[in-house]
Amino acid sequence: MNIVVLVKQVPDSGLARQLDAQLRVDRNGANNVMGELDEYAVEAALQLKEAHGGEVTVLTLGPGQATETVRKTLAMGVDKAVHIEDEAVGGSDALATSAILAAALGRLEWDLVIAGAESTDSNMGVMPQLLAARTGAPALTGARKIDTDGSTVTVEHQRANGYDVLTANLPAIVSVWDTINTPRYPSLKGIMAAKRKPVESLTLADLGVAAAGPAAAWNEVVEAAARPERAAGQIVTDEGQGGTALAEFLAAEKFI
Amino acid sequence: MTDILVYVPNSGKHAAEVLTLARTLGDVSAIAFDDAAASLAGEYGAAKVYRVEAPGADDYFVDPKATVLIDLARSANPGFFLLPSTDEGKALAARVAVALDNGLMTDVSGLAADGTATQDAFAGATVVKSKSTKGFTLATVKSGATEPAPAPGSPAVETVNATVAEADQRVKVAQRVDEPAGDRPALSEARIVVSGGRGVGSAEDFALIERVADSLGGAVGASRAATDAGYYPHKFQVGQTGTTVSPQLYVAAGISGAIQHRAGMQTSRVIVAVNKDADAPIFGMADFGVVGDLFQVLPQALDEIEKRK
Repeated sequence: MNIVVLVKQVPDSGLARQLDAQLRVDRNGANNVMGELDEYAVEAALQLKEAHGGEVTVLTLGPGQATETVRKTLAMGVDKAVHIEDEAVGGSDALATSAILAAALGRLEWDLVIAGAESTDSNMGVMPQLLAARTGAPALTGARKIDTDGSTVTVEHQRANGYDVLTANLPAIVSVWDTINTPRYPSLKGIMAAKRKPVESLTLADLGVAAAGPAAAWNEVVEAAARPERAAGQIVTDEGQGGTALAEFLAAEKFI
Repeated sequence: MTDILVYVPNSGKHAAEVLTLARTLGDVSAIAFDDAAASLAGEYGAAKVYRVEAPGADDYFVDPKATVLIDLARSANPGFFLLPSTDEGKALAARVAVALDNGLMTDVSGLAADGTATQDAFAGATVVKSKSTKGFTLATVKSGATEPAPAPGSPAVETVNATVAEADQRVKVAQRVDEPAGDRPALSEARIVVSGGRGVGSAEDFALIERVADSLGGAVGASRAATDAGYYPHKFQVGQTGTTVSPQLYVAAGISGAIQHRAGMQTSRVIVAVNKDADAPIFGMADFGVVGDLFQVLPQALDEIEKRK
């Protein structure tokens, strides 16, 4: 079973993030890490490989510094990587990105594509369905459990008030939530081995994608501003009447 | 007026919000796959309802409905096509965008008549205004974007008969499992949310959080620290990797307010915090905060709430 895992390097969501002067995600001033949900996708792929054999390829689109994220997945146990790196890519929206990724998927042999349920920078959560529409493969999104018998895939699609069991024939595209597994840490051996694993670097020209970036995007950001600071609230220290004060506040705000 | 297409799922406050917002932009044509959705559309001011009969569509995931929506959008050529920002709404919108080579914006919190959408980026730290440059304005609207306001009417009903093509039978829904939510409102749609964090300390003590939520008629939430520790089920997690909420009132008890959590509740209208650490970041965003032991403060607040009811 050959699996392609989609990963995206994103600014660390635990630190302050901002847009740059072109109103794009500022990736230069940020501490960049692998998307928080992506490592669950990597782990899911590695577990399926361990059960069914085959090869796991990581596919990413991003600037040179995304190599760090690629290396981390290789250290976790991914076999090889494809890194699409092209200056023209900057400023691409989700639709433009999906066209590029679909072109790359067209060059790879895969039974399954696994992605995180959403990226942790733009949080759109639409890439699996965009890729399904572009590649013709079925998308089974938001999985909290994944299983395959080699010819079909079955997932538990997480909903707010339960789950749906979805099945489809391979090849298929699956996205996963962080409820699905506990990602492994790279071992020292894995980190050493990662240095010798193949990383293929591709440009848009290699993929035959003519247009990318803001000019080819389907949407544009018109303006952006920091959210106005919330007015400082009233903070009291409990000296025996804190609960009563809280209830009084709720009553004054008409929540009681 | 501009024609506004709205996909209406069969229930919920969220769908009512999307219809309410859509009404401010033009005449609403709602797409309903069942009677419940059709009546919700009528109650919230739709001028027209496309009542879709697609036998067997529910046996498959996303694809059959996507095909119907794509066909309706192509023939209606609306000014706006709005869907709720749910898993289903986003999936359908993505399919429409690719099929019609149309722009797509997700999780919008506001829309202007010229198609400019307001979105929260980076956990609500940045407010972004965006526009689609191709096609009509296709957007999913986040929960809590507006207060639902009924406007009952008698919409014109057009029946749309659809069959499920073989190509749309690729992902089969083999089983639907509902996990009982109890009597509390759904987390993503609740007007009031009461959440507990690491400071609650145990699964047993989450009963206190539940009592406060029930007393206020709200939903229960939990921080990632609390769900990771097993204090409360993951599906109630509020935050970056959980549910995003935007209630009128958010009560955070024993939650420090890490960015991962703030991502899920930053746009709440009123925020109340109880934490024993006076330096907890949650106090920086609270409208009202009590520095103290939540096991002292909340029971006392509960007594006072019950007295005042």
